[in-house]
Amino acid sequence: MAYALFLGCVIPVREPSYELSVRKVFTGLGVDLVDLNGATCCAPVPIESLDPKTSLTMAAFNLCLAEEAGLDLMTICNGCFETLSKANSILKEDAELKSYVNTVLANVGKEYKGRLAVKNYLQVLHGVVGLDKIKKAITSPLDGLNVAAFYGCHLLKPSSILKFDDPESPHVLDEMIEITGARSIPYLNKIRCCGGLLRGVQDDLASKLARDKIFNVSQAQADAVITTCPFCFLQFDLGQLEFRRRFNETYEIPVLHYPELLGLAMGITPNELGLHTHRVSTQNLTRKVVRPKTSVDSNMLGERSVS
Amino acid sequence: MDDRMSEEQGEKTKVLQSNLFSQFDKSFSEEVMKHHGCERLSMCYQCGSCAGSCPVGKITTSYKPRQIIRMTMLGLKNEVLSNDSIWLCAACFTCQERCPQGVKITDIMLTLRSLASQNGHAPAAFIEQASLLIENGRLVRLTGLVERKRAELGLGTISPVNNEVVKNILSKTGFIELVEKLKR
Repeated sequence: MAYALFLGCVIPVREPSYELSVRKVFTGLGVDLVDLNGATCCAPVPIESLDPKTSLTMAAFNLCLAEEAGLDLMTICNGCFETLSKANSILKEDAELKSYVNTVLANVGKEYKGRLAVKNYLQVLHGVVGLDKIKKAITSPLDGLNVAAFYGCHLLKPSSILKFDDPESPHVLDEMIEITGARSIPYLNKIRCCGGLLRGVQDDLASKLARDKIFNVSQAQADAVITTCPFCFLQFDLGQLEFRRRFNETYEIPVLHYPELLGLAMGITPNELGLHTHRVSTQNLTRKVVRPKTSVDSNMLGERSVS
Repeated sequence: MDDRMSEEQGEKTKVLQSNLFSQFDKSFSEEVMKHHGCERLSMCYQCGSCAGSCPVGKITTSYKPRQIIRMTMLGLKNEVLSNDSIWLCAACFTCQERCPQGVKITDIMLTLRSLASQNGHAPAAFIEQASLLIENGRLVRLTGLVERKRAELGLGTISPVNNEVVKNILSKTGFIELVEKLKR
């Protein structure tokens, strides 16, 4: 089983621990991830807002790279998932736009053929690898952990294109959390937007939306928030530093990318997963679930090593 | 009906036309509806499901999707395209999912933005991201520090973008020219 891995812009640069956990977890589950050399930005909403045809063409360029590799493309970012899925869907049904895109791409020696599927990594885990196989890989169940699942918007919507899950009442991420042994707990306004795309446009609104989510998660007494998107992650992880300044509120709720949670349950140590790179400390969470095999080793608990 | 009355009414209509209706550009909604995803604009019956579902609308009065849709349908082109509020949509698609008439409100909002861009309106944050795409092929700058952090985690270097290829595509789609215009 192999997929072309589309990393996007934000993850490899700002959230390398996310990439690390994806690579370790998928290797552990026997899925090959093939890197796409020369991949560019998928050209998401901010670019689409200025010029939809540019967004479509840049997305198609990246789809071509996966087509050339003969593989379906797997995204680990909600933004890339929405942009590339939308482009793939539009180009498969609109001959005029496809012809426009291919005329531009001919200048760089590419042609979009429309032979591939765009998948989010959770679709691969849930629908292709399958829950039974993942359950067998779980060696350190995260019993006793209560976490708040956050799907983000572009994993679910527009649902007519993404076809990921019920956009109003999704369950896939909750199921994926529960197989790790952790409990996915309910909280207020669970599917409401994190405000990530308002960053830079109107920071006070972006911050308020993210703060309201973290407030609701804290009211539900979650041990962590589990995200599937690098923008939502930034809104909550880096965001909590901002909430102190802007709202004079301190939360200290760890934020984990889903594969980091799964990695812990598969017995990968916090340090191997790079959890020390998060802005909000994950130590309270890892202390609860990681049982050191020998004597207490602070490195295994994800504490910064002295260098 | 007496002649004087109809004359008066005629005058009133003229006044309305000159002061208000002259701003209405009927071709604007037709222009918008030609864009992908905007075909059902005219199906909107102003129920307000969009406004009621909007997470941004819950925390500010500056963003009113129902109003923007109505203004677009009426053909208030300049008011819509120069309005800062079209840039406040967080693109969460909740309104689009819930619209009982199948109006793709988010898609329409993004189309309005692109038409505004063509008219020279776009927020600085969007222009900055566009410039990053042109210069680097990515929206995030890659630095030596990043590569060191990746190496510490045992990750390889990031596959380089072919900038010539990116610039070739972006010049053919007219994006470089558009962004130059927006910067001015």
